[in-house]
Amino acid sequence: MITISDLNKHFGRLEVLKSIKVDFHAGKSYAMIGPNGSGKTTLIKCILGMVVPDKGEIAVSGKSIANDWAYRKLIGYMPQIGRYPDQMKIGQIFDMIRDLRQDQDHMDEDLIREFKLDHMKDKRMHTLSGGTRQKVSASLAFLFDPPILILDEPTAGLDPIAVETLKEKIQSKKSKHKTFLIASHIMSDLDELSSHLVYLEEGRILFNDTIDLLKEETHESRLGRAVAAIMKRNLKETETA
Amino acid sequence: MIKIAKYVLYDILRNRFILLYTLFLLIVTLSMFSLDSDPGKSTLSLLNIILLVVPLVGVIFTTIHFFNSYEFIELLLSQPVNRKTIFFAEFLSVALALSCAFLVGVALPMVLLNLNASTFYLILAGLLLTFVFVALAFGASVSTRDKAKGIGIALLFWFYFTLIYDGLVLYIIYSFSDYPLEKITLLLVSLNPVDLARIIILLKLDLSALMGYTGAFYKNFFGSHLGIIYSFLFLLCWIAIPLFLSLRKFLKKDI
Repeated sequence: MITISDLNKHFGRLEVLKSIKVDFHAGKSYAMIGPNGSGKTTLIKCILGMVVPDKGEIAVSGKSIANDWAYRKLIGYMPQIGRYPDQMKIGQIFDMIRDLRQDQDHMDEDLIREFKLDHMKDKRMHTLSGGTRQKVSASLAFLFDPPILILDEPTAGLDPIAVETLKEKIQSKKSKHKTFLIASHIMSDLDELSSHLVYLEEGRILFNDTIDLLKEETHESRLGRAVAAIMKRNLKETETA
Repeated sequence: MIKIAKYVLYDILRNRFILLYTLFLLIVTLSMFSLDSDPGKSTLSLLNIILLVVPLVGVIFTTIHFFNSYEFIELLLSQPVNRKTIFFAEFLSVALALSCAFLVGVALPMVLLNLNASTFYLILAGLLLTFVFVALAFGASVSTRDKAKGIGIALLFWFYFTLIYDGLVLYIIYSFSDYPLEKITLLLVSLNPVDLARIIILLKLDLSALMGYTGAFYKNFFGSHLGIIYSFLFLLCWIAIPLFLSLRKFLKKDI
């Protein structure tokens, strides 16, 4: 579904992504893990075309995304920190996005209802708490029922009830063969939600395979410990090298 | 694009800045015409104010608006919307909003009070200057992420074209006064949109006699049809080139 080859990006002198090569296959759910500043969000923004890579190519469903924009119809994106025009009301944001995408008639408004956002349509975005913003972001990502969903730290800042609601939503979409790309630091969530793991460190992909294989390799039954094991292994390798 | 422009315009009209700007222009225009009974003199005084205020408000309002709509742009970019569309929607909305303020504040009372050729040129020059400085301010806004820096660069454009440039031209003319400089000063004038606008209107007001030999030369050149076309083409370039450069930058900008 998404093919990335030889992707490079630097901000100033800092190399954020170093020849990233990865395929995200349709209908699978990928967990993206890595320390802070390892390039997860940059990689996601490259896929969305918000950050323009220096080198390399990204193709979504077989078509290069360079100078294209229509492919974003296929993607629902939930940003790490949802930033919205301060003066707009919740209802106006949803109306505007719906208005811009009138060509899509199939809409999934479950999350808006479940998060009770329809009861606070008239609240302005700058009055919202971080958690409520996250709810708006999540509802927007799922609104057009896209085949690809990219979630950047989806559960950070949400209350436990909202986390469960969102996780149920992800599970139900997963069973409908949507492709998921979830960046997170909460291993237990990822253990439940994804089947594959992409491990990034300092702009390189150090592991990319199924979570089951990782657990087998490291003789651990929990994702958190398995990831800790490869992180330690990488640390030793860099020390000896 | 019209859909996006609609939301941008809605956002612009919500804060009262445009309304205040319109009122300000209206008061200035009306007071200029009530102070002096000679409409030519009033037009001249008005011209001097417009040549300072229109570019200044253009650059400040545009940069502040651009940085305040960063979130809006970010939101749209995660949706299937073309970057070019976002850029032109933003540009046109800002430029049209400021032009409307100018039309209501200056053009309307002038047409009602005093209609002649110079009025027409003053209005046209004001509108073109609005577009020129909005385009320049877009260039300043897309070239940095820092709001203060963006406004700083935009203000520098204003300082340069309204104050510093004239000083430089005077210096050049003074230092090389022994040489025939008409063609060179003509070129130097073309490189500054504010001067270009000023000279067209001064010539239409028939004040070129005040400008000496150079004025006669200008009158000869700008007074002709060719001269008018030349100056408007140059002003259009002053819109198109900054706009093109900032679009190119915006298309590659990391949001």
